Amino acid sequence: MNLKLLALSTAASVLALSTAATAQTEVNFWHAMGGQLGEQTDAFATTFNAMQNQCKVNSVYQGNYTETMTAAIAAFRAGEQPHIVQVFEVGTATMMGAEGAIYPVHQLMADQGIAFDEGNYIPAVISYYSDTDGNMLSLPFNSSTPVMWINIDLFEANNLEIPTTWDEVIEAARVLKAAGVVSPFGKGWQSWTMIENYSAWHDLPMGTMENGFSGTTTEFTFNNDHVVNHIQRLSDMAAEGLFVYGGRRGDSRPQFVNGESAMWINSSAYFGGFVADIKDFKFTQVPMPVDAAVRAEPQNSIIGGATLWVMRGHEDAEYACTAQFLDFLSQTEVQADWAQSTGYVPITTAAAELMEQRGFFAENPGTDVAINQLSLNTPTANSRGLRFGNYVQVRDVIDEELEAVWSGTKTAREAIDEAVRRGNELLRRFENTSG
Amino acid sequence: MHKRVVFQNRWLPFLLVAPQIAVTLIFFIWPAWQALETSFYLEDAFGFSRKFVGFDNFTRLFADAGYLRSFWRTLVFGVSVTALSMGMALALAVAANRVIRTATAYRTFLIWPYAVAPALAGVLWFFMMNPSLGIVAYMLEGTFGVDWNHYINGNQALILVIVAAAWKQISYNFLFFLAGLQSIPKSLIEAAAIDGAGPARRFWTIVFPLLSPTTFFLLVVNLVYAFFDTFAIIHATTNGGPADATSILVYKVYATGFVGQDYGSSAAQSVILMALVVAMTVVQFRFIERKVQY
Repeated sequence: MNLKLLALSTAASVLALSTAATAQTEVNFWHAMGGQLGEQTDAFATTFNAMQNQCKVNSVYQGNYTETMTAAIAAFRAGEQPHIVQVFEVGTATMMGAEGAIYPVHQLMADQGIAFDEGNYIPAVISYYSDTDGNMLSLPFNSSTPVMWINIDLFEANNLEIPTTWDEVIEAARVLKAAGVVSPFGKGWQSWTMIENYSAWHDLPMGTMENGFSGTTTEFTFNNDHVVNHIQRLSDMAAEGLFVYGGRRGDSRPQFVNGESAMWINSSAYFGGFVADIKDFKFTQVPMPVDAAVRAEPQNSIIGGATLWVMRGHEDAEYACTAQFLDFLSQTEVQADWAQSTGYVPITTAAAELMEQRGFFAENPGTDVAINQLSLNTPTANSRGLRFGNYVQVRDVIDEELEAVWSGTKTAREAIDEAVRRGNELLRRFENTSG
Repeated sequence: MHKRVVFQNRWLPFLLVAPQIAVTLIFFIWPAWQALETSFYLEDAFGFSRKFVGFDNFTRLFADAGYLRSFWRTLVFGVSVTALSMGMALALAVAANRVIRTATAYRTFLIWPYAVAPALAGVLWFFMMNPSLGIVAYMLEGTFGVDWNHYINGNQALILVIVAAAWKQISYNFLFFLAGLQSIPKSLIEAAAIDGAGPARRFWTIVFPLLSPTTFFLLVVNLVYAFFDTFAIIHATTNGGPADATSILVYKVYATGFVGQDYGSSAAQSVILMALVVAMTVVQFRFIERKVQY
């Protein structure tokens, strides 16, 4: 090593030590929460910064989930990674695979001497984000689950009961269509709601090796008859005009807000936005319908949303601050406030209890549907969550193939078989890179 | 006697071209080389492991029917965007060239769209054409009875991204066409008029041929734009869907590399795209340029 460089760096570290007493330790937090959610996320950092004077958290919006994850990975490769990054649930396998890049949260908390009890979290959350030894590798932050949003006014005007099975959904849709509703049924994030959660809800596997939890040699198996029949049912509904496809992700949101859809399956986290945007009709959330041909009673739904990952390559003092900030975010009050204002589910049992005490669920009927769905039963190997590599791309493949069904160019069987085939290629590619 | 311009110092000419060469090396050759190198490797997202896989990334692509469909789609997209944006721009430029009063204001308005970022242009069209919210979709349905839903109809989706991408480029083309038109000597057109040529004939026999250097330049620029710079528009409007109806090559590069973090395959795709554009440019210079009258 160059002597001059050594001298310089020694001088620099001495300087750093002498100023440490006065300067704050900075922690960079990259998140993917835009709009109103982003303001609240930034507000957490501001509150934390005001509470103490050793640490300063810089909360930065980095674009949507994909962009934030890509930015963090690119930054890591350039040695400029943030301390904390918010990564969506389907990026979990990629992050877990990068052992040299991530600092497991349970280990961080232990190293920093901060109590962290994984048992506080609801089982559906723990099971999705823990490694095989039951240790939580990232800190759950925002979790939601798909529910069925109902336009109460349209249901009351047509004397309809709220459907609980898919057969009832179709019957209700026919009545609503006859009454002039454009697309009685609608949905968003279709891979998540119509395949991943449909499978978990009916205790069907998505792939081998416990949905990828026990190894990267997993293969997709969601081309089973039940899933294919379900997609065919939706395709038939589209042909009958009971469902008009409204796009990927949340693009179909206007269908529900404008009253074009009376039953809309998508994330419970639309609650905050709907309260602000929907003034001309009453709405609520109800559990996802059950496919009576598969199971009489549902199993449990799986979460969507994101967790906070801590990245390696920083100073110990910075990790101390990181741990303190994560501890702050795990507080019951913070969790409950966040869940109440957004529609994300309270991810700790204590936060759910606090919301109950505050009377939030009683005042806002339907807001407890999400948490009830998640904790309906103890998660099984099929309903615990997914751990597939390259899953971000697999979701794009599923979107593409489903769109071929909605546009009538493929049958449900052809499209789902093709999605599984293309998905398996991506899994093998992931296996090769991680091996 | 003739004047010779000779550099006294034999290193001076090299010094003078050095900045240009450095820029080319750093910003063009080096990234292109990196892409070529990466295309032979399989890498994990964080760059911990890197495996040499030879031509595997390429053979996978050519074995993928979706990738091959994307070639055809890219061609349709590229040609349509170029034809539409150049056609509209030429018509507007010819019209603007005749306007006498408030000509500057008219031109300024036409140039504005160029200042709109591609992603914003995409979002703008996305809102106008949204089947539930969009004003254009609403008018199409009300006036012409067109059932507009680009979420289902692949052809409509392709039309949407072509219009959005072309709209963005019209201003740029307009500027060049207008400058080109203004440099055509008035005397030639007047002479033709005296000989009894009507406006259409004057345009096709005099103006259009004299404009050919500009047209040729714009043809190259527009094709390169359509092939390389349009992924932001597609990202903001259709995400390549429905199914893979608007998934053109450059969008696939973006989706594989930035969304999927599969750098090897993404690099292989950019190498193929580079080769394609180089081939197209060579063809243009060899066969079309011959018809250009400088």
